[in-house]
Order: sequence, then C-alpha cells, then structure tokens
Amino acid sequence: MINKIKSSHREALTVIHDGASIMVGGFGDSGIPFELISSLLDMGAKDLTIISNNAGAGERGIAALIRANRVNKVICSHPRPPRSEIFADAYRSGRVQLECVPQGTLAERIRAAGAGLGPFYTPTGYGTRVAEGKQTCVIDGKGYVLEQPLSADFALVRAHQADRLGNLMYRLAARNFNPLMCMAARHTIVQADEIVEAGSLPPEYIMTQALFVNAVVLAESDE
Amino acid sequence: MNKPISLSRQQIAQLVAQDIPEGASVNLGIGMPTLVADYLPTDREILLHSENGILGMGAAAEGDQADPDLINASRVPVMLIPGASITDHATSFAMMRGGRLDFSILGGFQVACNGDLANWLTDAPDAIPAIGGAMDLAVGARQVLVMMDHTTKSGETRLLAQCTYPLTGVGVVDTVYTNYAVVDVRDQRFALRAIVDGMTVDELQAMTGAPLHVEGALRRIRLHGTGMARIE
Repeated sequence: MINKIKSSHREALTVIHDGASIMVGGFGDSGIPFELISSLLDMGAKDLTIISNNAGAGERGIAALIRANRVNKVICSHPRPPRSEIFADAYRSGRVQLECVPQGTLAERIRAAGAGLGPFYTPTGYGTRVAEGKQTCVIDGKGYVLEQPLSADFALVRAHQADRLGNLMYRLAARNFNPLMCMAARHTIVQADEIVEAGSLPPEYIMTQALFVNAVVLAESDE
Repeated sequence: MNKPISLSRQQIAQLVAQDIPEGASVNLGIGMPTLVADYLPTDREILLHSENGILGMGAAAEGDQADPDLINASRVPVMLIPGASITDHATSFAMMRGGRLDFSILGGFQVACNGDLANWLTDAPDAIPAIGGAMDLAVGARQVLVMMDHTTKSGETRLLAQCTYPLTGVGVVDTVYTNYAVVDVRDQRFALRAIVDGMTVDELQAMTGAPLHVEGALRRIRLHGTGMARIE
C-alpha cells in the first residue's frame, strides 16, 4: 500500500541535509508551511539555499531560519515586504546572498523544471539589469531573455487537504507557488491542515497529483 | 488664475479610476495603485487581478471577514466578487505575459518619454533590490498606467528624457498620472493630456525633464464638491 504519511515533522524532514536547496511555498503569510519550517529550524540543517517568493517577514518562517544563520542564499522576487528587517540586516552585513528574480519568471522557471523543460525565452526583464549576462533575442520586434529552469533538492509546501497517496488540495490564495514547487523539487514534503481518506477528494479537482509528492505530515502533528 | 493645486494620492487614484472602462481587467500594483480600487465607478463591472492568483478580487476584508488565505499583492485580506477564480502563480502570470490583462497600474520612480519605466531599485547605496511582479506587469498588460508624484521630495523631476535608475521595462508606459498632470507617452514623446487648475504649461515644463507636447485642446483637472478630482 502506498502511504506517504509521516507520523512526525522530524520523520518527514530527516532527509534534509546541510547545504540543501529548499523551495518554500507561500506568498505573504498565505500558504507558507510555518510549522514545517519551525521543525526544520529545531533540527539544525544549515548552509541552506532558500527559493521562495519572499525572504521572510516578521520573526517566523524563513526569517527565523535567516536569524539563526542557517541560510546562505535566497532566490526570491521580493525580499522587502513589510516587516522584513531580519533579511535586510543579514543581506547588508553580507551573511546572506540574494538572487532577485521577477516573480513571473520565478514561477515559470520552477514550472519549467517541474515540466522537464529546458531554458525558455520570456519578454520579462528584456533591456533591464535582469537580462545582463543572459542570451537575448528579438522575434517579430519583441525582445526576449533566455531564462533557466529552477529545481531544488526539496520543497516544503502547505496544503489544506492531503491523502496518503500525496494528492493535495489548497485553500483560496494559499495555493500560489505551492503546486509548482511540488513539481520542481526532487523531494517534496507537505504539511496539511487535514489528512483525508484516499478516494474522498474529487479526482477532477485534485490540484497537485500524487506523483509530485513524497511525504505528507499533519501541520499540527509533532512528537 | 487660482493657485495651482497638487493632487493627493487619492485624487490621482480618482483620475486613474475614471479612465478604466466597463468590462476591463486590471492589475493594481502595490502602493499607490491599490487606492484605485476605492474609486472605480460602481456601475462598471471590472475584474481586478492580483498577482498571487486572484481574478475577481473584491474590497478589503474587515474584521471577521478577513481570511489569512485570501490576501492581495500588498498582503491585505480581501474579499472575492461573484465569479472570481483562483489559480497558481504560473497561471496568474500567464494572464499578464499572455496579454489578457487590459490595464496594469504601477507605482513609479521615473518614466522616460520613450516609455521606459524605473520602479524597482533606486541608486541609494543600501537599497535592497526587489522586483516582485513589476517587470511581468510592465511587459504583459495591454496598457501600462503609472502613478507617481511629478517630482521627488527634493524637487527633481521624475519625468525624464532617459531614466537614470535601473529599468523595470523598456518602452512600456502608456500614461503617467502625477499630482500635477496626466501625460501620455506617444511616439517617443510626452503628450500632455491634462493639467491641474491654475498651472501653466510652462510651469509644468519647468518640472519635467523632456519636452511636453500639447496636441489639440489642453484639458484641466479640477476638484469638485467633496474634493473629487476630474478631467474636464
């Protein structure tokens, strides 16, 4: 029987090694797997590369990892939302590197990796600093920049419902980057608000399919 | 002649809102553009898009209506209108890049008369780069409207022959709404559409870094009873 449900955060996260690249779903505070990140912080993994839309806000989530000096590099689109002083301090003191990527390009680089595609041309960033050092071309008068797919060792994802196979449903705008990151990471770990019986989610509405998920744990479950 | 007025952020938002037609799809960027939602004419059905996957965004949610899983691009809890949909990020940005959005309304640091936009990074030595969705919104929407003050706090113009800050997009801007004027970008030059009551074109030109062209009748921005700004 296929069963991806883990009994604790620790059991789900034990595969994460020092130096790992980790995609973290979410936008603002919606769809961020705060509970998993909190457990990851407790477990001590370090020298991490974090790929997420933001670089943490407030004092929890990615901000807590940065404050504990666990993060070497952040790849994100917007590292200065309100309450992002922890990242700002770490960046200005040189403790964390930043790769700033346009948000749609970030989403599409992740999607391309998950879909098994190679580099792609996008008009976003043409003629700007983002295009420096990259191949560009002009087709029918429109400029494009060649962007690379972006994968990661792990994805930490927040879903609303999950079953033992790893099928996922998201609530409202908590979906954001989460389904894309499930597809692009080599190992995807999901925290779910609720675990439901296999067969209870309507098949045609399932938002992330079982093959993109490796481990599922209840958000609140911990030893 | 009256003393020239300087429009508030809300009054700039009123001018933008009056230009959004029935049936339009619109993305409101973070900062000043979010104010436009408060002034959209209620008799027009307009679909608001939020980069985090919402099409059909409603008003800000208050109190018990606020749901942490339903926020806008500025991280403010919002509601949905009937017929709204929610997607993942790739689909949300496909709506922009794919040319489905009628209007993208963005804040700006600088706009050049060739339509170049700078709004993501200043030249301050400790500035932290933050692009967000701005570059995708700048290239993707059918029309790009920029809202910003005409000058910096120290009086330097933000409307230039060439941007000095790093660019967000090349030749993307259609119209600029400032505290003094509405300026269209047409054929690589600034075309002055409307100017605030009491200000001369020469006075505005002195605060503008590239020639302002007046084509046809120049229109006036006037304030009405409750302070509502309108182009006449």
